[in-house]
Amino acid sequence: MLSPRALILRAPGTNCDHETAYALERAGAISRRVHVRALAQKPALADDSQILCIPGGFSYGDDIASGRIFSLELKTRLADLLARFRDRGGVVLGICNGFQVLMQTGLLVADGNGQPRASLAHNTSGQFTDRWVQLRAAPGRCVLLQGLDAPFDLPVAHGEGRFVSRSPADFESLAAAGQLVLRYAPHACNPNGSEGDVAGVCDTTGRVLGLMPHPERFLDATQHPAWNSHLDAAASGVGLTIFANAVKAVG
Amino acid sequence: MLWEVDVLARDPATDHAARGVVAGLRELGVSDCTAARTAAGWLIEGPLSRGEVERIAVELLVDPITETFQILCLTGGPDGQQGTPSPDPHLPVVLHVLPKPGVTDPAAQSAMTAMGLLGLLPTAVRSVRKYWLPATVVADAEKLAWKLLASEAIHDVVVGGLPLRSLQGGRPWTFAQDAVPLDGLDDAALARLSRERCLALTAAELSAVRDHFLSIGRPPFEIELETIAQTWSEHCCHKTLGSPIDHEGPDGPVRYDNLLKETVFAATRKVRETLGPGDWCVSVFRDNSGVVRFDGDHDICIKVETHNHPSAIEPYGGAATGLGGVIRDVLGTGLGAKPIANLDVFCVGDPDTPAASLPPGVIPPRRLLAGVVAGVRDYGNRMGIPTIAGAVAFHPGYSCNPLVFCGTVGIMPRNSANGVVHKGDLVVVAGGRTGRDGIHGATFSSIELTSDSETQSGGSVQIGHAIHEQMLVEFILEASRQRLFHAITDCGAGGLSSAVGEMGVELGATVDLDSVPLKYDGLSATEVWISEAQERMVLAVAPSDWEKLARIAADEGVEATVIGTFSGSGRIELRWQQRVVGDIECHFLHDGRPRQRLVSRSVPVPQEPLSWSAEASDLSAILLAVLAAPDVASKEWIIRQYDHEVQGCSVVKPLLGPGEGPADATVIRGVLGRDRGIALGVGLRHRIGPHDPWQMAAGGIVEAVANVIATGADPDRIALLDNFCWGDTRRPESLGTLVEACRACHDVAVALSAPFVSGKDSLNNVFAWHDADGQARELSIPPTLLATAMGQVDDVRKVVTPDLKRVGSRLVVIGVSRDDLAGSQLEGLGIVRGGKVPAVDAAGCRSTFLAVARLLRSGDILACHDVSDGGLLAAIAEMAIGGGLGATIDLTGAPAILDATHGPHRDLAVAFGESPCRFVCEVSAAAVERIAGLLGDIPWGWIGDVTAAPLLAVRGRDGAASAQIPVERLRAAWRGQTPTH
Repeated sequence: MLSPRALILRAPGTNCDHETAYALERAGAISRRVHVRALAQKPALADDSQILCIPGGFSYGDDIASGRIFSLELKTRLADLLARFRDRGGVVLGICNGFQVLMQTGLLVADGNGQPRASLAHNTSGQFTDRWVQLRAAPGRCVLLQGLDAPFDLPVAHGEGRFVSRSPADFESLAAAGQLVLRYAPHACNPNGSEGDVAGVCDTTGRVLGLMPHPERFLDATQHPAWNSHLDAAASGVGLTIFANAVKAVG
Repeated sequence: MLWEVDVLARDPATDHAARGVVAGLRELGVSDCTAARTAAGWLIEGPLSRGEVERIAVELLVDPITETFQILCLTGGPDGQQGTPSPDPHLPVVLHVLPKPGVTDPAAQSAMTAMGLLGLLPTAVRSVRKYWLPATVVADAEKLAWKLLASEAIHDVVVGGLPLRSLQGGRPWTFAQDAVPLDGLDDAALARLSRERCLALTAAELSAVRDHFLSIGRPPFEIELETIAQTWSEHCCHKTLGSPIDHEGPDGPVRYDNLLKETVFAATRKVRETLGPGDWCVSVFRDNSGVVRFDGDHDICIKVETHNHPSAIEPYGGAATGLGGVIRDVLGTGLGAKPIANLDVFCVGDPDTPAASLPPGVIPPRRLLAGVVAGVRDYGNRMGIPTIAGAVAFHPGYSCNPLVFCGTVGIMPRNSANGVVHKGDLVVVAGGRTGRDGIHGATFSSIELTSDSETQSGGSVQIGHAIHEQMLVEFILEASRQRLFHAITDCGAGGLSSAVGEMGVELGATVDLDSVPLKYDGLSATEVWISEAQERMVLAVAPSDWEKLARIAADEGVEATVIGTFSGSGRIELRWQQRVVGDIECHFLHDGRPRQRLVSRSVPVPQEPLSWSAEASDLSAILLAVLAAPDVASKEWIIRQYDHEVQGCSVVKPLLGPGEGPADATVIRGVLGRDRGIALGVGLRHRIGPHDPWQMAAGGIVEAVANVIATGADPDRIALLDNFCWGDTRRPESLGTLVEACRACHDVAVALSAPFVSGKDSLNNVFAWHDADGQARELSIPPTLLATAMGQVDDVRKVVTPDLKRVGSRLVVIGVSRDDLAGSQLEGLGIVRGGKVPAVDAAGCRSTFLAVARLLRSGDILACHDVSDGGLLAAIAEMAIGGGLGATIDLTGAPAILDATHGPHRDLAVAFGESPCRFVCEVSAAAVERIAGLLGDIPWGWIGDVTAAPLLAVRGRDGAASAQIPVERLRAAWRGQTPTH
């Protein structure tokens, strides 16, 4: 089987693109980093890829709000590219800043009128926080979280990751639709005050996932802050599973 | 039309900025302000209708779920509006804080770009922070704003409606060439001229300039004088450290022709000679950072800089641009290195210093620290470079002159450490545009601060734009990969004048100043030439490569411009619209500075006999106090604000183990997917400085090295950096302390076979003011050497961390404990006075480091921690906190030589003394027999066992239980939480 191709979409301020490209390579994909400016000039650059990932960082400095300008750029210059990518069988993954971007493009949680039913706001602490958290996945139809049935650890590093829904009814309907696929658990691990401890969301097809934690930062045991006390240094980290799932889903 | 869009949190409970204002006001003693509201405001100017502005708000500026907005028209007319409606009738006072015209406003620049995406093209955008406060504060609103929300260096504060009608300003500069006649000026007049023009040149130096220009038959132009001042500044050329000095040392007189060359550089030369063909230094003390060999196909480089004076005035911008500058140093090394790690070290006054006790104009330590941390956070995190190592030190001597050290590590392919400018290469400036920011930064940092500095020197404070720098990194690294430039350097202190001057030192250059891209009109040629606007690099590019280079720049959205040619004339020729406005010989610029022979004297500080306070009995209470002491206590509140994991390479993080205890050094992989690692450690013995500068410097170096050794770094691959921060060095006695520290650097580096590869100094950290009685006062920092050690780890999977790992294993202490308590945490807590300072035996340290490395390589060691601030018991407590396990400790097991203590004080001396070069190791039960063989004749002793019960049980000399402390209590004290019983 041919290795699938992964397009790592970056903008000024994107800064997790190298390790995310590396993660997808480790999982068996061929990664290519593409600047959004280049893609806007030549949208066909995405045609030979099956995985599209928007990595972490501070696109455009997160000025105005995190991911705001990058998502506007996608909406105005590459309208529907992501939806078409998904609809032809591709997988879309947004990590941290990439999640913030996906939320604002409307791909994840928009209502019938294209209005967002949820948003990612400033952490309740009001501060950027880098820490490891415990997570629990409810994969459902989300292809990227398959097999992650036991609780697992990943790091978060963000200042604007508080999931907040438009209304309790919106939260319930997203939950009922099985879209709230990743949560901080136990509740004490919630690093940002997210409603319902939500850490990651998928779209209705299960082929688009956005999450605040950084799976590309846990490919190897040695990336865990307590690996030296209880993990085998040669073991791989749980983050790799998510990228392997992406490769599997398009294979 | 000038519009204002205010964006507010829909739910006041999520208005974090408002919460901060209320808390800040309470700290300032304003208790009747219980609520506030804030808004992110945007001033938008251009031919836009209200509908279009509304579209900008809805589609760009406002989150529909969490935020609301209001639109105001500030220009009057049919859309005009009076006043600013308050979101809450109880908060009628409105306050605006906005960047001064010309100050970099990154958010506004981004917003303007984004408005373009919507097809709407404003002519100018500026960001503004708005605050609504209760009527009770109306009289003090402006004063409170300056104390809490704004910095005079970069902000304007407006109470009430904004009086702005337009954001436009500046008009093109009209050419004028100012000659500065020096002929006939005596020393006093020259010194006055230097002061008035903020040149920081001595009368002797100005005389040399006068004589040089007399010899060519014309007076210098202003731009030439400025170029010389920048190039000859302490900041740019080690004026003091490179001087010839007659030193009266403890062992008799010593004559130096160049202090730095004969101490620090000499140590490196000697170590390299000893290494012979195994020399792993690549480029040291030449480039913007020091470069050493890493693996088969990479070199690594490191640089640590200070940004003290700008941070004292504007902590956030000062620290952010300090970090931005050192990142560019690494980017501008050789043919460009990729920045892979940052470190930061701050020295500030005691956190509880009351604001009222400080001289006017001084920012209280707590607020200053919060500001510098935020600056490093916002710049480092946006750059995507992990900030993984550092320290914070507290001392009253830093109250008026805080120290801000920022460091960066980079990696580059082998054989790219040396850039060489070719004749005919184009001078290319890339990155940010040039504005009036940072004029006189280089000369300002060479002048002492005063109470008026805040208002006088505002122009020398720069504001950074991290995303511009991040784009610049992408561009440079791609251009470097394609080898599209011959040499590169960053635009730091002195701006283009220093960067082009350094690159053109042999060949000379012709520069067309009118081709430099400007942020706004109105800069004079001199201002363009010396501006320290951030995020700029200068490259030497072959004309044949220019087109390719320009294309990459365009792809990354970076502005790159040809501004001249490296001419081969040996002169720096400056032109403005075809006219020559300055013309200086490179030879004079770089070698024309007269060097003055200085005199220094080492004066030993009289030693008081060691004495103990009456409270010095309860070991538990002392341990908890030591763990809570500001130098020792957890820095988690800082560490967690930094992204220390981006790039995915971190292996030993600053907080680690199941209990999240402290690390010694931090370790990263050099290359993703490979197992060779880089260990970073810092050493700072600032409390010893006032007692003994030699031991202060030696102790700092040993501590930095011990930190990396404790993780398993190779003792034969440790590179050192020196950062000297001193107060006044003009008196022979004060200069003597600097000379002694340099001598320590030499001796210790040679003994440890650890070469210095780079360094920097910041002198004149003195603050002068007049107190309430009109008396002239001065406060100088304690002599401070920050030592940084960059070690290398063969296999990161085999590193050792300090957290206790396994019940039943044994603890061994390596190294001798002495009652050398001067400069210790116990002294800081008032528990002891006097005594000896910890003395470094450098040769002994080398043997110990080799033995510990041998021990760690054996694989028998589960945990290792070096003993530093707070001593042996603090080290063991930190190991217990990290591992979440307990330990029983018998203090009599530690090898000790106690000359000056008796009775129960002997236990305290062993427990809390800070003798250098000691380690605590956790040894697996199975390996206990092997330890003696591995350690050889290094002094060591069994000191305890690891227990499942999370309790630290300590026994002393009389055999009685001296302390039983739950690990949770240790953790609470260390984390600064109220201890729970």
